Amino acid sequence: MRLSHHLALLGTALVCLATPVQAAEKAEVLHWWTSGSESAAVNEFKKAFTAAGGEWTDAAVAGGGGETARAVGVNRIIGGNPTTAMQFNTSQQFYELIDKGLLQPLDAVAAKDNWAKVVNPVVLGAVTRNGHIYAVPVNIHSNNWLWFSPAALKKAGVEAPKTWDDFFTDLDALKKAGIIPLAQSGDSWTQQLTFFDVLLGAGGTELYLKIMKDHDVNAVKSPEFKKVADILSKMRDYLDEGMQGRQWNQAISLVISGQAGFNFMGDWAKGEVVVAGKVPGVDVGCIPGLGKSSYWIGGDVFVFPKQKDPNALKAQELLAHVMLSPEVQVAFNNKKGSAPVRADVDTSSMDACGKAGLQLLASGAFVPGSDMLIAPDTDGSIHDLIGTFFTDKSKTSADLVDGFAKIISNL
Amino acid sequence: MKLRLRDLTAQFALLPTWAIVVFAYIGTIAWSIRISLSSSRILPSDDFVGLKSYYRLFSTDRWIISVQNVAIFGVIFIIGALVIGFLLAVMLDQRIKGESLFRTIFLYPYAMSFVVTGLAWQWILNPSLGLQQMMHNLGWESFTFDWLARGDRAIYLVAFAGIWQASGLVMAILLAGLRGIDEDLWKAARIDGIPTWRVYLHIVIPLLAGMFATALVLLATAVVKVYDLVVAMTGGGPGVSTEVPAKFVIDYLFNRQNIALATAASTVMFIAVLVVLTPLLYHQYIIGRRRAAA
Repeated sequence: MRLSHHLALLGTALVCLATPVQAAEKAEVLHWWTSGSESAAVNEFKKAFTAAGGEWTDAAVAGGGGETARAVGVNRIIGGNPTTAMQFNTSQQFYELIDKGLLQPLDAVAAKDNWAKVVNPVVLGAVTRNGHIYAVPVNIHSNNWLWFSPAALKKAGVEAPKTWDDFFTDLDALKKAGIIPLAQSGDSWTQQLTFFDVLLGAGGTELYLKIMKDHDVNAVKSPEFKKVADILSKMRDYLDEGMQGRQWNQAISLVISGQAGFNFMGDWAKGEVVVAGKVPGVDVGCIPGLGKSSYWIGGDVFVFPKQKDPNALKAQELLAHVMLSPEVQVAFNNKKGSAPVRADVDTSSMDACGKAGLQLLASGAFVPGSDMLIAPDTDGSIHDLIGTFFTDKSKTSADLVDGFAKIISNL
Repeated sequence: MKLRLRDLTAQFALLPTWAIVVFAYIGTIAWSIRISLSSSRILPSDDFVGLKSYYRLFSTDRWIISVQNVAIFGVIFIIGALVIGFLLAVMLDQRIKGESLFRTIFLYPYAMSFVVTGLAWQWILNPSLGLQQMMHNLGWESFTFDWLARGDRAIYLVAFAGIWQASGLVMAILLAGLRGIDEDLWKAARIDGIPTWRVYLHIVIPLLAGMFATALVLLATAVVKVYDLVVAMTGGGPGVSTEVPAKFVIDYLFNRQNIALATAASTVMFIAVLVVLTPLLYHQYIIGRRRAAA
């Protein structure tokens, strides 16, 4: 017994000695993908990176919106012990880190792998600052989908809407049939999402860009924006009392089970549909932006903080290369439920809703998401404004226009 | 000489404490105030922009609402918890049967975190899940209790949940005080024919002043730092109607990447606490010296 024990120990020691000293590219990757489908997706990165000779250290920090993960990552950068790579949303969240010179430019990898040609221009633009590329965009999410329950609409005796007028006809019918017309979550980010869906669908991409990109106050005071505010105002009559305290996934569940007619939510809602054993586009209908269809681009990127160790750059460049390679893009995004950032990959395995989105992307009818155009601070002010408007019916659409004009004019 | 050496040793032993006080407390406070005067966003920066963040703070609706809410919450929560806690303590003090059982039950909510309290009450008070739905299912269709979904009422429910949790603690403190009151006092009052409620009001409560002060300080700190209860129960909603200052600070610090505004808000909170605390400390200091002199 004792002898075998010693032998085993000796064996272990020999194995340790025998392992050749590999110059593996070590990478510690900070991200907030901890749910089932998310960690399956990030595992694709890990697999591919290991296969390419790297050594992946996972630094996952839980928390859906990623605030905690970002706070941890930024603290480590400031503290002088940055991770090799760190996740952000495709947004302005990391612009200040760029301006302070804390992030590694990726121009060499980008030139070698020809990003300029293959990567979607909007996401590439979002990671480019002062002519340099500072992050790897890994996926594209679309935020402005209108999900509906065909069963609920049938029960109410109406068809899927094509215009905003249809939409309100349907809402009235649903209300009469005793079905929750519009399932809405109480979280202010989902209310803001609904607002932007109306702005894009009823106001169009031009109005959206005028306000969010050019910060044009006159556009906010235009009759087109007033129409958007009026639609949003009217929508409040079709919400149920259970909105407060309801999460986004509970709201889409109401549509999946046919208890509610409609829900505005991003394409990640597909995950919930699939988990419930339903087929997106069949059991739960999807409209990629009611009225004026468009693709509202959001997503995730990885930045590479500057390191003291010169060898770390090799690992960073290898990781950047791996994350954007075509096979990894498909494998990752199929698990994540998002679209690949490359236009030159095989997407035949996507469902009907995903394909409809890709068509819009290909047709050029896309706009950058709001947090690519404004700082998180401004985004927060809009959250507060929309959240208050949604829940306080004494606020009129004119109040909404005034409040929004104030935020835009402060930019 | 000997005394001095002892003094020195004592001072020396206190050095680590002093270091912690100077760097960890005073240092970080000064640092926060410094940041609030800069144009920092996600990272601290060294420039100086004066009171810009403070102007922005007081022109932000959400901050004004937060301050109003913490005032409403504070008044209702403190008075409610003190009154209910006192009544519970008086009831338990009547030498009832099963006292320890009741004591445990009443103190139990305090053993829970505010997050659990918030979530539990959120479910109970949610109009489409909880109480209201239950009444509807039982056949009382006209019953409405939708305060949680109403921006003008939700903060009262938050205060209610807070009272539910904290009353047990107040009860425990005051019960200990009641047990410490001399039996002879009660006998004397009985001989004089003073009604029981007057004994409580005019003799017992003044005797318990110290206990009330302890409870008040504990409750007041809970008011200033109230955050988790709101996050769990309403998330600050509906809209921004139940936002509180601590949540404002956290949101701007981590989520909205404006640490200048966040530190400005925390500085204002700090000053507000000082304004309340200074007269109290001053009062204690004066009394302490008078007593020492006497």
